[in-house]
Parts: sequence; structure tokens; C-alpha cells
Amino acid sequence: MDLTAPVLTGYGMWAPVAWLAAFVAATIVVYLLWKTGESSYKKGTEQGRPYLSGNAEPEKGAVHIRASNLYWGFLQALKGYYDAIVPLHTGILTDYMIWFVAVTAVLLVIVGVLS
Amino acid sequence: MTLADFIVTNSPALVVAIPLFAAFTCPAIGRISAVARNLWVMGAMVVTAAVAFILAFRVFSTGTVIYVFGAAATHLAVPLDSGGIPIRIIFTVDAMSAFMEIICAIVGTSVLLYSLSSESKNTSLEGYYALFLLMITGVFGMVSTGDFFNFFVFLEILSLASAGLIAYRIDGGLAVEAALKYFILSTLGAIFVLFAIGIYYGQYDALNIAMIAQRMQFTMLDKIALVLLVAALAMKCGAVPMHFWTPDAYSMAPSSVTAFLVVASQASLYGLFRVVFTMYNITMNCVTVGWIIIILGVLSMVVGVTMAIPQKDIKRLMAYHAVSQTGYMLLGVGVGLAVLGNATLTSAFGFMAMEGGIFHIFNHAMYKGLLFLTAGAIFYRIGTRDLNKMGGLGHTMKYTMIFFIIGALAIAGIPPFNGFASKLMIYESVYLFNPILAIIAMVVSILTLASFVKVFHSVFMGPQLPEYADVKEAPLPMLIGMGILAALVILFGLFPQPVVDMLVSPAAHALADQSGYIASVLGGT
Repeated sequence: MDLTAPVLTGYGMWAPVAWLAAFVAATIVVYLLWKTGESSYKKGTEQGRPYLSGNAEPEKGAVHIRASNLYWGFLQALKGYYDAIVPLHTGILTDYMIWFVAVTAVLLVIVGVLS
Repeated sequence: MTLADFIVTNSPALVVAIPLFAAFTCPAIGRISAVARNLWVMGAMVVTAAVAFILAFRVFSTGTVIYVFGAAATHLAVPLDSGGIPIRIIFTVDAMSAFMEIICAIVGTSVLLYSLSSESKNTSLEGYYALFLLMITGVFGMVSTGDFFNFFVFLEILSLASAGLIAYRIDGGLAVEAALKYFILSTLGAIFVLFAIGIYYGQYDALNIAMIAQRMQFTMLDKIALVLLVAALAMKCGAVPMHFWTPDAYSMAPSSVTAFLVVASQASLYGLFRVVFTMYNITMNCVTVGWIIIILGVLSMVVGVTMAIPQKDIKRLMAYHAVSQTGYMLLGVGVGLAVLGNATLTSAFGFMAMEGGIFHIFNHAMYKGLLFLTAGAIFYRIGTRDLNKMGGLGHTMKYTMIFFIIGALAIAGIPPFNGFASKLMIYESVYLFNPILAIIAMVVSILTLASFVKVFHSVFMGPQLPEYADVKEAPLPMLIGMGILAALVILFGLFPQPVVDMLVSPAAHALADQSGYIASVLGGT
């Protein structure tokens, strides 16, 4: 058994070990480039403090961008979709049952009559 | 007969009997001490997993294993005086069943190990472990049995135990409400299954899957039974638009239970595939039913991931992703089914699509189980599932963060993790069937990555928050449970082809080979 054999999809292939070797090689190159840079950072000095246009640093908790603030633009762009799909998730058991029975009925028509 | 021979011969029965016995004796052992109870349940799980591996090895090396309860010899499926009908309860463990048993064994062991720590602060643990072992029994039974009424019984055992565990934390009544929804929907689904079984029994005088498959005429009654089974089992595996129970149940159950609920849902998916491939196969209109499964898959992928993105509860978000990932499995296997009647298309891409879908079942169980366990570790330490209240945990929960990254990259289909290999197989084969479907699948993967970037940022990034200054890393047993799954995610990602050759391809062949399944049971007179 060849552990490193690639996956042949019939259309292409995937060789993870070769990918990993390339990834490691690229990482080494990046590391060597990084090592040639000048190290000027001094831990525990003014360099480590954030500069906020001269304002005092806010509380740590206030700096963190919370989950609700992320992807606002995406949600806004798909507002029409979300306005339609979110209300369907009512949390009401009878609604869940209606969906289940309705899908069964539709499938009965498709399979029973059309096929 | 030596003990080894006894175990090997009776392994199909033992994978169900051991957890069942351990479940009912657990409350009694728990009266001795908590340590004795933990050793008892963990020991039972490890032995069950070992027997499951022995059984799987036997199946993959020698072929389908038949186990007839009550017969003079375990392979005598059809008694001489039964009129040619296999009347006894028969377990038929082919490569697809063995594949599912391996998943159940790995995830069950990891989750139970994790539970030893994650649930240690709770009361009524005897009940918790008893119900958990009943879940294990239910899944092993569903994937092993060759008798359709037996399948219904194990489905019910699984549903009842799952409902009990979803309600376990009560949580001001919210968990009980989620369990009630799951329980009632499951019961409705089970009634559908039972009704379908009645139809088969009325027509074919048989409950055995192989016997029903052999006599299948695809009458109008068979069509009704098919629809009832497809709807019920698709609902149980969380396919859109019957997925509504999933975020409720997955988010309110303890994370260890949620991780195993993923496997429980996959057992229903297995049931769905068994029905359409083994019982009906090309006697039905494969194109129509295949497209039904494909559409359910596409809806699940799209609605699941888009509903995940705005979620603020980490487990609800992950639950929607579970729905989305189920869509990939439905898509891959649905494409395989749609072209089943066409040998040219099946060999060109249909079989690869099936392999991709089946491989994704395995991968999903590993990385989604891992992700739910990381969510549980976070909840264990900070006591909230609200993403808006989290931040900076990467400073203190470094190992949990690493495990989360591994799971998140795998679910998003980023190389070299296991999710990429199965998704690539699905993308490329489905592209040859219908390019639009493949493009949708790829876009869903990108949205999945975006969603998990949000979770990663919200939970682990940012400065250490004052309220979580004293938070520690998750306890060792929880880390080991996560570590086992993370190691498999990496291992199966780096070496996918041996997994495909040894497990996935035989499972796909077994699923598609209806005549082989029938012959393995009815040829044993």
C-alpha cells in the first residue's frame, strides 16, 4: 500500500504529501527572507503600546470587535434573502411538523405521479 | 471455541450487546462510586470499539458478514422450513455498514473520554452515561441490521436516548423544549418508517431488507413507502427544509452529546442510502429520486451556511454548518444515484461522486465532532455560548484554539486537511454531472470559511478580556478527546488515498451492489 499515493478524481488529482513538501519549502524561504530583516523591536518599551492619535487606550474589552459587528456588509447586501429565510425559522414545533408533512406531500406527487 | 473465536464469530451481536448491557448496569455500578462508573462505561466503550474494529477488519478482508440470531449456525439466514423467507433477525454487515461502525467507534470513544471531564460537575451522571451508551447501541444496531423492523427498533432506541440527553442540562426549560421538538419530530418520522415497513410486509411477506429488495416491484405502494422513508430519514439527518430541529437540539445538548448527535444523524443518512440503493436500486426511477436527493443537498448546503453566518450562539452556528455539510454528502451520493442506471456515466463520474459523499461522511464526523468538542471546552471554561461575550481566549486556551483551527480549516475544505480531499472528489465529479452544482458547492465552502473566520476572531483573537483573565485550558481528558479527532483529521487529510482504497471505495461498491447484498443473505440457505 502506497501511503503517499495521490487521490485520482477522474478529472484531476490531489497529492497532499507533495503539497505539504511545497508548503514547507515555501515556509523555509519565507523564514530566511524574514531573518534577513533588521530586528529593532524591544519588548516592554513604548514600541509595544498602541498609539491612538494621542488618546488614552480604551478598556481591553472595548477594543475587541464582537461577533455581531462582523459581516455587516454581507448581511446587508443579502437583506432580502435574510428577510425571507430567517422568519421561516420560527422555533415553533407545529411549523416544523408542517414543513415535514408538506415536503412528504410534494415528494409523493413527484415520485408517485411524475416518475 | 476459544475466546478470540467467540468474539470474532459473534462480533456483530457484541457491538450491540456490550453497550446495551453496560447501559442498563451503569446505574447499579454508579452506586459503588463515580470512579467505578467511569471505568465501567469507558471500559465498555473501548471494548465495543475494539469489537467494531475486529468486525470491520473481518468485513473488509473477507466480505459481507451475516449474523443470524437464534440459528444453529450464524450464517444460516433462511431456515429450511420457512418457505424461503429469512424469518429470523439477521445482521448484515457489508463494507458500508463496517464503514459506519468505524465512525461510531472512533467518535464514540473520543466523546466518552471527553465526557469524563466535561460532565464531571453535573449530577445524574448514571443516567447520562446509560443514555449515551444507548445512543451507541442505537447507531451500531441501525448500521448493522439487515432487518427493516429491527432498523426501526434501533432508530427508536437512538431517538429516545438522544432526546433524553438533549434535555439533560434542562437549562431553564430550553433544553427540555429542544428535546421535546426533537422527540415529537422523531416520533412522527418513526411512524412514517413503521408505515413503510407495514407496506413492505403487506406486499412481500418479509421484513428482511435483502428479501424485500429481491421482491421489489416498484408498485404505487412501494413509491409511497419510498417517499415516507426518504422524507423521514432526510428529516432525521437534518436536510433542508426539514432541518429546523437541528439548531435547537444541537445547541441545547451538552457538547459531547452534540458531537455524537452528528454520528446519529449520519446513521439516518446511512438508512436513506441503504433504502434507495439496496432496496430499490434501478427498479425505481433513479434520475427522479437522485435529483430529489441532490436538491435536498443543495438546499441544505446553501441554507445551512447562510443561516450560520449571522448566528451569535457558537453551537447554533456550528449546528447550521452541520446541516450545510450534510448537503455535500447528499449531493455526492445523489449524483451517484441519478446516474446509477447508466453504466457509462457511473464509471465516468457517478461512482467518484458516491465515494466523495461517503468519504465526506467520515471526514464530517471527525471535524464536526472536533468542532463541537472545542465549543464544549469553551463553554466549560467561560460558561457562555454567546459569541458576543467572547474574545481573547487564544491567550489561555492555546490547545483548544489549535484544535479549533484544525477543525475549522477541515470543514472549510482547506488543504491539506481531510475535508479538502472529500470535497475535491465531490467538486470534480459533480462538475462533470452539472457544473452549476459544483460551483454552488465551492461557494458554500468559501462561505463556510468566512463563517469560521468570524468564530475564530470572536472567540480566540483580540486582547485578553478582564472577565476571562483567570480562564484556564480545558482539562486533560477533554484535550485527549479533541486530540484523537484532530489527529485523524490531519492523518486522513495527508493520506487520503489509502483511506479511499481501504474503506471508502469498498463501502461505495457495497452500497451500489444490490445483487451482491441480496446474494450474501439469501444465498446462505
